[in-house]
Amino acid sequence: MVPFLALVRKDLKLFFSDRRSVVVGILVPIVLASFFGYLFGGQRGDAETSKVSVLMIDQDGSDISHDLMAQLAGDRMLNVKPSTLDAAREAVRKGKATAAIVVPKDFGRNAGRALFTDANKPDLSLLYDPSHSMELGLVKGILSGAVMQSVSKEMFNGSSGREMLDESLARVENSPELSPEDRKALRDVLSGARELNERRAGTGQGALSGGLTIPFQTRDEAITSGGNVAYNGYAHSFGGMGIQFILFMGLDVGITLLMLRRTGLWQRLRAAPLSRTTLLGSRTVSASLTAGFILAVLFTFARLVFGVRILGSFPGFVLVCAAFSLMTAAFGLMIAALGETVEATRGYSVMATLVLVMLGGSWVPTFVFPKWLQKLTVVVPTRWAMDGLDAMTWRGLGFSAALAPIAVLLLFTLLFGAIAVMRFRWRTDG
Amino acid sequence: MLEVNGLTKNYGKLVAVDGVSFRADSGATIGLLGPNGAGKTTTVSIIAGLLSPDSGEVLIEGRQVKSDTDPVKLKIGLVPQDMALYDQLSARDNLTFFAALYSLSGAKATQAIDGALQLVELSDRAADKVATFSGGMKRRLNLAAALLHDPQILLLDEPTVGVDPQSRNAIFDNLEALKKRGKTLVYTTHYMEEAERLCDRIVIIDHGKVIADDTLQGLHKLLPVANVLAIELDRVSGFDPRPMLSLPEVKSAGLVAGTLRVGVHDLVGAAPGVLRWLSDNGHSYHHVSSEQPDLETVFLTLTGRSLRDA
Repeated sequence: MVPFLALVRKDLKLFFSDRRSVVVGILVPIVLASFFGYLFGGQRGDAETSKVSVLMIDQDGSDISHDLMAQLAGDRMLNVKPSTLDAAREAVRKGKATAAIVVPKDFGRNAGRALFTDANKPDLSLLYDPSHSMELGLVKGILSGAVMQSVSKEMFNGSSGREMLDESLARVENSPELSPEDRKALRDVLSGARELNERRAGTGQGALSGGLTIPFQTRDEAITSGGNVAYNGYAHSFGGMGIQFILFMGLDVGITLLMLRRTGLWQRLRAAPLSRTTLLGSRTVSASLTAGFILAVLFTFARLVFGVRILGSFPGFVLVCAAFSLMTAAFGLMIAALGETVEATRGYSVMATLVLVMLGGSWVPTFVFPKWLQKLTVVVPTRWAMDGLDAMTWRGLGFSAALAPIAVLLLFTLLFGAIAVMRFRWRTDG
Repeated sequence: MLEVNGLTKNYGKLVAVDGVSFRADSGATIGLLGPNGAGKTTTVSIIAGLLSPDSGEVLIEGRQVKSDTDPVKLKIGLVPQDMALYDQLSARDNLTFFAALYSLSGAKATQAIDGALQLVELSDRAADKVATFSGGMKRRLNLAAALLHDPQILLLDEPTVGVDPQSRNAIFDNLEALKKRGKTLVYTTHYMEEAERLCDRIVIIDHGKVIADDTLQGLHKLLPVANVLAIELDRVSGFDPRPMLSLPEVKSAGLVAGTLRVGVHDLVGAAPGVLRWLSDNGHSYHHVSSEQPDLETVFLTLTGRSLRDA
């Protein structure tokens, strides 16, 4: 046991003796996690959300188009500015605006007509930046509601609305396609609207000043660990960055071991009466302890600065961290076992680590992946680590939710460890 | 104490060690002398258990090392050619770690570490990081690390590589002190002076084979020459000494560190003929001296090449 403990103690001593490296190794994930946490909802709703930039080209100049502009400009999700068609096209092409809405001539009149009858619906052109296709849906949704409200308001309030009602009534009366019953029903609706419009206009009141609006509003509720606990985006980002940097530390363990095999130190270690279990096992333990230390520092920082809390099972959180740390150490040993030269190994293992990090959801959550890729990530250990940390932090799930990630991570530890033991070249001649 | 029998080691088509055999009795110092790439380090690595031979065996007190944790390994201390120290740790921390590898802890470890530091005269620098040490000090600490578990056999693989003469002398003093304590030393080097100074018996290896194994006196008896003419030529480049062997008085001829060394039996009788041959063949010289033959001459005689140039 004395040699085993000495080997572990020596590794930890060497790790902590390079203070600059320790500080950088902890500071970099903290900075990146803080940044990503801020980007992905870490602001907890109290910071200004970045608005979607939209340009509006009003070729109509009607009351409806003016009202539409005012409504869109008042939306908290959009930043709307008037523009010309050429300027808007150029701005979208250059990425300076996400979308441009072109309100064509006679849009108001034609939209009013189309509200109650099957008159041709006018086009509303939308120019958009294809790299922002997700925001396009948002703009379309807001635009639909605003157009409906502006057109209906004008129909029931404005002078052009009265004209359009008269025109619509005339069209209803003259339409040969309508049955007498349908004609009567439409005549009643339009006459009622005109009567209401005229009566309100006579009294100087703005009847139905809001126009037709979407007849519901959503009430959003984030389902987290408890009713009073808001989602904290930093919880995910600190877990993700922790996983990424600890994997890189594991990679470093492997590379260091490969380099060690070229040195006199390896000869001295091999000349001593030490078993292979002692040599590889001590390395696993020291790397796991280092990984655990890094995770502890990261989450302590996240707790103190960003209020990230372990809302689920604390033992579950500790065990997920421990299982991931062990998996990382075994991953490092496997790299050392499979690596031929330091240079080549560094290249392909960095690539493998980045793929593991990316597929594990450390950078962006896995739900944004295509379905097939989401299924594929089940075989990626980092995905389980990420799920386990999410479950134990902001999701606030119980210990049972940690069991599957812990079990899978330990299985990967065994797999990587077995490959490392089987393929490790003990003799210096390879 | 140590028996090496018919060791062979191949790396593909390259035969690194070819049937090497020798023995080192208790308290003896054996020098493995040979040029770079002769197979010395491979031989030492096999003895230390770092490499497995393709054939042959190593017996330590009559026993083979059978596993990584075989207690027989406690009888061996290895001083690798490459520095085997952690620069970021202090000298004492390094030795504490290496002592622990042999299950030494507490007072026993402290005693062993203090003794080793004292032997290599680094007690006053025990608390300093190895990174602050000179090359010579590192070499001495490298030696100390192999002594902690008090091994009976010490394998020293070119322990003076890259050190200044003063540090080399310090290491020699350390090794002579160990000799006096009755340790068995196996010392690899390509410096003949080191082998001559330290070793009771010298095993000359070339191209993986043992070409001579004897005491210094015994090796000298192998020589066909009693004297060496050392001639410093004005121009060394392009000079080929082999044609000189056609002279009846000349038994060996070679360039060693830029000096032409000619082995002869009768110095007075042979010198005029040698110098005349040089003049006749257009080779001028500016200094001539005579020397007693040394290991360099032995190697030259046995292989036709210089140790350093081989």
